[in-house]
Amino acid sequence: MANPIPKIEISELHKGFGQKTVLDGLNLEIAEGESVVVIGGSGTGKSVLLKNILGLLTPENGSIKVDGEETVGMSWPDRETVLNKIGMLFQNAALFDSLSVWENVAFGLIEGGGMKRNEAREIAVAKLSDVGLAPDIGKLSPAELSGGMRKRVGLARAIATEPEIIFFDEPTTGLDPIMGDVINDLIVERVKQLGATALSITHDMASARKIADRIAMIYKGKIIWAGRVDEIDDSGNEFVDQFIHGRAEGPIQMDVRAG
Amino acid sequence: MFTGRAVFHCFVPPFYGRLLGRQLIEIGYYSLPVVGLTAIFTGMVLALQSYTGFARFNAEGAIASVVVLSITRELAPVLAGLMVSGRIGAAMAAEIGTMSVTEQIDALTTLSTNPFKYLVAPRLIAGVLMLPVLVLVADIIGVFGGYLVSIYKLGFNPTVYLERTWDILEPLDVISGLVKAAVFGFLISLMGCYHGYHSRGGAQGVGAATTNAVVSASVLILAFNYMITELFFAI
Repeated sequence: MANPIPKIEISELHKGFGQKTVLDGLNLEIAEGESVVVIGGSGTGKSVLLKNILGLLTPENGSIKVDGEETVGMSWPDRETVLNKIGMLFQNAALFDSLSVWENVAFGLIEGGGMKRNEAREIAVAKLSDVGLAPDIGKLSPAELSGGMRKRVGLARAIATEPEIIFFDEPTTGLDPIMGDVINDLIVERVKQLGATALSITHDMASARKIADRIAMIYKGKIIWAGRVDEIDDSGNEFVDQFIHGRAEGPIQMDVRAG
Repeated sequence: MFTGRAVFHCFVPPFYGRLLGRQLIEIGYYSLPVVGLTAIFTGMVLALQSYTGFARFNAEGAIASVVVLSITRELAPVLAGLMVSGRIGAAMAAEIGTMSVTEQIDALTTLSTNPFKYLVAPRLIAGVLMLPVLVLVADIIGVFGGYLVSIYKLGFNPTVYLERTWDILEPLDVISGLVKAAVFGFLISLMGCYHGYHSRGGAQGVGAATTNAVVSASVLILAFNYMITELFFAI
């Protein structure tokens, strides 16, 4: 029987920066084991949404529950417990320059989990293998890696602690289409293998179609449409239609000037 | 607020011994050449300049006293502080600033690691511990610089010079310099971490953070130098 409590439940989330409202009463629920992709144009609040869930930003209003537990306003020890359930692949991988590749992958195990370095190293090598990287890569510095390899290492780090929830921030941005597809396949495989709940944000529709069970579209700080991935072509929503077909003409007017 | 959080995390576990060790070496060991060179040339110049002035009053005998008191009470801590600020404060701001703009600090948080404990606390502790060590070394080298010039250039008697140096020196002269050094070490690390942590906007933001870290630490060193001097003046 499916768990009736959503893994992640976001209600009436508001966040702004100065005069600019970024999230304007956003609502979203993600069931356990589900893979949801939030699509939307640049500057629509996708990254801000993820940062609010992770506690990197504090919302002005609203509720974010993980496993039914309110996380807004949580103190650090409680936040640490929630973060232990979450893995994150950053847009540019955000690998630590001062550490080798294997130390990056093992970071959560050593610093967060208190595991011994030798033991953590073995797991890191296994995780690198899971994302198609040879053990030798572990000795390299992140600066020596290509963009695709950095994403794979970032993915290995995100899954190293076998989290219950994984976030993917623009997983294919900056990659060629073939490498992008390789990363998409890895994401699908690893998320299924872990039985994790996944929340991804992207504007890459090929990626969204491949990794999502359900897609939600964000526009002006709200979720304006959500449905199964096979429903998106017949959404009946003109905003969604314009976005997925990449048309300049339509109800979405892009700000061409900053501000 | 940043200072309060930073100090709090210096005293609350977990502690990152490896990172502290790395910072001790970075701030202490690798700053030795620059601090040593600054000290020896300062001591040498001080002896020459003192001679120029004191010879006019037939008071050349006071050179040893002037050199040792100036070095231990004032010049070693201030110059070492300013040199380390340029070397270490800038490096801290650049490293933490780059981590900030490339989301590495966010990544630390998502990996259940408090950035204040991991990045800021080891640097603060290492700054407070290593600056006094550097200043103690600078004291010795600076006095030695004055000795070299006084003996080999100005023709002083080595035994008399050393006796005068030793007789005039009191523990408080050295201690006041070491207290200043510990405070300067704290300020240098704090400014490096603060400006790095709050840097935004890519390479330009990191560059600005680096400049701000060095300038603010240097100004604070000079201001705190006066305050600490006044404090010891009253003793």
